[in-house]
Parts: sequence; C-alpha cells; structure tokens
Amino acid sequence: MSGTFLGTPAFPDAAREALEDSQLRRNLAHATGTIRTKRAGVVGEVDEWEQLRLAGEAIKNRVLRHLPDYLEQLERSLTAAGATVHWARDATEANAIVVDIARRHATDEVVKVKSMATQEIELNDALEAAGIHAWETDLAELIVQLGDDLPSHILVPAIHRNRAEIREIFLREMGNAGRAAPDDLTDEPRQLAAAARAHLREKFLRAKVAVSGANFAVAETGTLTVVESEGNGRMCLTLPEVLVSVVGIEKVLPTFQDLDVMLQLLPRSSTGERMNPYTSTWTGVTPGDGPQEVHVVLLDNGRTDVLADPTGRQALRCIRCSACLNVCPVYERTGGHAYGSVYPGPIGAILTPQLRGVGSDPQTDSLPYASSLCGACFEVCPVRIDIPEVLVHLRGEVVEAHQEAARLPSVQDMAMKAASWTLSSAGRTGAAEKAAGLGGKLAAKLGRSAPGGRAVLGALPGPASAWSDSRDIPIPAEESFRSWWKRTDGGRSRTEETAGDRSRTDDTAGDRSRTDDTVGDSSRTDDTSGGRDEA
Amino acid sequence: MSAREAILQKARRALADVPDVEPVLDVAVVRPAPERDRSREEVVDLFAERVADYRAVVERATSSTVVQQVAAALRGREPSAGAGPLRILVPPGFPPEWVPDDVEVVHDGPDVAVSELDRCDGVLSTAAVGIADTGTIVLDHGEGQGRRAATLVPDLHVCMVRADQVVPAVPEAVAALDPVRPHTWISGPSATSDIELDRVEGVHGPRTLHVLIVGS
Ligand code: SF4
Repeated sequence: MSGTFLGTPAFPDAAREALEDSQLRRNLAHATGTIRTKRAGVVGEVDEWEQLRLAGEAIKNRVLRHLPDYLEQLERSLTAAGATVHWARDATEANAIVVDIARRHATDEVVKVKSMATQEIELNDALEAAGIHAWETDLAELIVQLGDDLPSHILVPAIHRNRAEIREIFLREMGNAGRAAPDDLTDEPRQLAAAARAHLREKFLRAKVAVSGANFAVAETGTLTVVESEGNGRMCLTLPEVLVSVVGIEKVLPTFQDLDVMLQLLPRSSTGERMNPYTSTWTGVTPGDGPQEVHVVLLDNGRTDVLADPTGRQALRCIRCSACLNVCPVYERTGGHAYGSVYPGPIGAILTPQLRGVGSDPQTDSLPYASSLCGACFEVCPVRIDIPEVLVHLRGEVVEAHQEAARLPSVQDMAMKAASWTLSSAGRTGAAEKAAGLGGKLAAKLGRSAPGGRAVLGALPGPASAWSDSRDIPIPAEESFRSWWKRTDGGRSRTEETAGDRSRTDDTAGDRSRTDDTVGDSSRTDDTSGGRDEA
Repeated sequence: MSAREAILQKARRALADVPDVEPVLDVAVVRPAPERDRSREEVVDLFAERVADYRAVVERATSSTVVQQVAAALRGREPSAGAGPLRILVPPGFPPEWVPDDVEVVHDGPDVAVSELDRCDGVLSTAAVGIADTGTIVLDHGEGQGRRAATLVPDLHVCMVRADQVVPAVPEAVAALDPVRPHTWISGPSATSDIELDRVEGVHGPRTLHVLIVGS
C-alpha cells in the first residue's frame, strides 16, 4: 500500500482536529446512528444470523488458508471464460497494467465504479499522470472527486458534506468536467441526484473502457460480483467495450454457491437492507452482451504480508461492509479522515498497519491505538473478525519494532498521547472506561495473580510481550465507577446481572448495537471465563 | 521472477503453518438449514410484500390480464421524443401477446446502439428467479430478458415474474442459477443515500420498477 494520505498527522492529532469540526461530527453521528438502527432491524429478521456469520467466517478461512491453490483455480476459470488475467505485486504494477490497457485502446478517459482496491493503489492519480481522466461514477465519489476531497466513510464517502455544499460543488465544478449542472439547481437531494444522472450519462454512453473492483471472485467458475445501489456499476460493467477489474487476492470464494452466504451477510451488514438494489455477476466474456474484452488484475500490495501473520490474517476476511465503523465510538467522534488511509475505522486500524508494515511511519504506528477495545466491532462483523484481538497483537508489534530501533520511549509517548486524547473529554472517557472494563475481561484471559491476590496482566505471548514485559499492568476493573453509578443509580439499586450483561445496559453508541447480537456477546464472555480458569 | 510466481510463492511461504490437506477437510463450512415450512402462497405473498417495500410497483396478474396491466403501467408516461407513441424496448423471446398495440416497439439485439436504448421510454422483460425473503428479481439475460444494457438504460422497467419462479430465500436462488450466464439481481429501483442519508430513488438505472407476478 502506498503511503498515507499525504501529510496526514498521526491519529491523535488528526482526531483532535476532526473533533473540532462540528459539522463532520454531526453528520457522522447521524449517519452511523441511522445505519446502525437499520442494520439491527434487518439482522434481527434473520433467525440463523449467527450460523450465517460462522459460515461466512469459515468460507473465508478456507480460502485464505489455501489461497495459492484457489488463485490458480480462479486464473484457470477466468481464462477459460475468455478473460485475461494479470498479476500485480504492488500498486505501481497494478497501475501500469491499467494504464497500458487504456492506452492500447487509445482512450483519454475511463469510467469507474467505486472500489476500495483502486483507491488503495491511487489508480486515478496514475491514470491522470498518463493523461487519462478517471471519472468516478458513484454519487458520493463524484462529490468527493469534484470537491477535490478525500472520502471519509467506506459506504458513504461524502458523509462529511451537507446538501448545500454538494449543490455548490455541482454548480461550480460539473461544467469543468462535462455536462454542467442546471442553473436552477436546488439543494433537494432528488434534484442533486438528477443532476448527477444527467452529468454522468453522457460519460457512460461514450466511454470505451471501464474500471471496477469486485466484491467476490469465484475460483470454481471465474465469476466476478459487484454489489451496488445506484446502477452506475451496471453502467460501467455493461456499456463500455473493455472492462478492467482490479481485485485484491483475498476476494476469492471457493464456489459459486458460496455467494449465497455472502449475499445474505453483506447487504444487511452494510447498508442495512435485505438486499442492495443491484448486484451484477459476470463470468469472463458473454458474446453479444457487455464488454467483449475483459481483464482481471489480481492485486497483492501487502496482502501476502498480512497472510503471513496467523493472528493478523483474519483481517483479510473483511468484506468491506463498514458495520464496524458504524458501531465504533472512536470512529463516530473522529470521522474517517483521521485514520489517514482508505480503510478507516476499526478495520482500518488493523488492516492499514499490516498492509504497510509497522515501525517506520508514526501515523501508521498510531492506528492500533485508535480504539478503546470495546468489542462492538467484533460483534457486528459478518465474518467474525476479532478486531480487538488483532489490535492488541499489533500494539505489541509496534512496540517491538520500535524496541528494535531502540526507540521504546517514543512509543510509550505515543500511547500516552492517544490516552490523553481519550481522557480529555467526558464523553470519550465514558466510552473508554467501559472499554477498559471489557478490556479487563479480555485481559483476564491472559492474566495471573500478583502477590496479595491482585490480578495483573502478565506477559502476553509473542510480540505483544514487549508491551507488557516492562511492568505489570493492573487489570482494569470490570466495571468503571461511572457505569456502576449509572447502573445502580448511585448505589441505590442492586442488580444481579453478569458482567457481560452489564456492558449491554449502557447506552453509548457502541453498546447500543450490541443488543442485537447477544450470541456474539455471550461467546466473548465464555472466552473470558475460560481464560480465567487458566490463571 | 514473474509477478504471478512471486505472489504465489510469497503466499505459500506465508501459509507454512497450514497443514497440507484438502481445503474442505481443513475448514468445515456449516450452512444454516433451509427452512421448509412455508407454503407456496406464503412465499409468493412475501415476495410481493418485500418487492413493494423497496417502493417498486407490484401487481398480481394472470397470463390473460398481463397485456392490459402493461398498458396501464405505461399509461400517462410522457414520450421522451415529445410526441407520438411511447418507444418500448422488447427483448428477443419476450411473449408478443404481452406487448400492447399502441406503442412503438424497438426490438432489442446486439446491433441496437446504446444511444438508441437511451431513446426508449421503457423496457419489458421476463425474469429468471424471484426471491421472497429479500424481494429480489434475478435476471439471467436469457429468453425474454435481453442483454444487460436493455433493462438498464431506459427509465422504466416492467418485469414479469412467474409465480412458480419465486423461491423462498437466497440459497435456493443461487442454486437455480447457471454461473456461466451473467446475472443482474434487482431489488427495487436504483437508489442512493449519499446525500445526508436521504434515500432517493433512481440515479442511473430505471427510476421506476413495475413488477407483475403472473399466475398463482
Ligand atoms: S471488518 Fe467486518 S465489520 Fe468491518 S468492514 Fe470488514 S467485514 Fe465489515
């Protein structure tokens, strides 16, 4: 993965700036709250949700643990179906492949469907440098592109813009990029969408080459899938003569039937819909229908490094639904930009440091600290990625990397900076205190007793030991004073709830979502008590 | 070394801890058992209800009422040409008896330019599968459904789904589809929530989806 968004300060500084931007906070709180509620509703409809999550986890584990075989199978299937397969070790190679294909068709523009992989490799910049315009066609991406801006949320990348700003951007910029917005454009969403429809339609009808990503790539059949809402994906996948799809190597599914699990998990987790408006699948070239020249670029760009870490590997199960963002108390308050990566939120905090490697960039190294370890992200994750586990693991890696460079104090500084950011506001402290309670339960798994029976966090296994070796860390109380006060009405009432239940009665953003996922919750509690027996 | 070899080799090395067994033996995948206690009627009713939830128009029909219902769905729409009959795109294999008389029929085929599709006021199609749980219509772009662009570019899509094509849930739909064909899963009209999360129907695909469930 190429560098951070240029000049992005380390997470605590960027977060502080974002916290001061009240519009961003308001919009984000509204967005994450709305999507969270919708998600909880449609997930609640599915009785077997937990079994589906387990199936999703297992399918992705099966692929990841045997990735080379599945990649070779995918390549054979795609080739047999008439597609051309390319392999790219990194962003530079992938970009060069796409630029080369566009050049061979003598075009100076391509249309694009929103894709995290092409954002990750900064394809648009590479195309631009080669004199080829890349038109983003997703409404939010169009807003971001015309506003010369950065996306702030995987799912709703323009959530930091309000309707008045969008109107201004459209009026000011659309004319420079093609069909201008009508002069009498209001800030009514329906009108803004209509302006985008008219602006982009001429580009869809004219474009020779389209670039997409893919949500899934089926090894057995060579089928690629794009899940979307607006129909811009269908336009790109269907109208141009040439289609290039940049696909991360972790997107593989073993069989066509495996799509059933993923197509149940993804829309409900992502936009909180039973199904997204449009899903397209295509298998190579279909004579007489759609692009007659189909390319697939299989992208590594750090993914094999992630794969090499048996704990961190699970991050590659991610299907980019963004559910973890919407429940994250840290994300809700800081927004996506503070993470300095195309992958924001809890998933970004574990994926970005692994893709880039730790120990060289302070911004990247601060990401594993951009969390209160509250566990809400795990509970909503449709493929059961244990994000808190990976965060703790990566903190250890960061410390180890810096120890090797004999710069341990600076890391502790960094952790303290993150802590001071957390502690400097009452709201954040509330979230963090509860998190510490959950963290305490997690820690109990690995804990031991100090003289006098006080539970302390012992040495963590592996690289994390560097983090805990320097001194014994007292295990945080399972329940903070503030949450005890609230629960018991200042000690006036007594309840017999278990620790696991207690956290669920609290009312911060992160916890609310946990009410719909009790199975996940109780399994964590089981883990913890199992761990305590060992101690 | 080629990029291909390098990536495969790196991935193999990264997975040194994984035992060398068949993937299906290494990791078991247990799917939820399909639910069996819903009657045909319940399934079709649920389909109708869930399609309507997406703010699509849904009606029941019989093969003899379809043509009038299609005519009614088209009534009141302005021809984009300004005057004259509506230009309606009809894919190869679509039942001719379901096409009303008072429209100008454009027969779709690979030679019809995309700009020509853009001048059509609507498209009629059949479907391959309907999914009750999610209110989804799946096209496999076979007989009566046209190539993918046909049901995308015009602003109105009138889609005929036979009641016996409706399955209860997503797994049954995936099992019924031929992976070699392209598929389009349609759940309501195109939509965006990108502007302050206000849902707006109709960005690039057809802004109106009209579904006729044919038979019982
Ligand atoms: S980590 Fe899980 S919850 Fe977060 S985006 Fe990925 S799949 Fe979704």
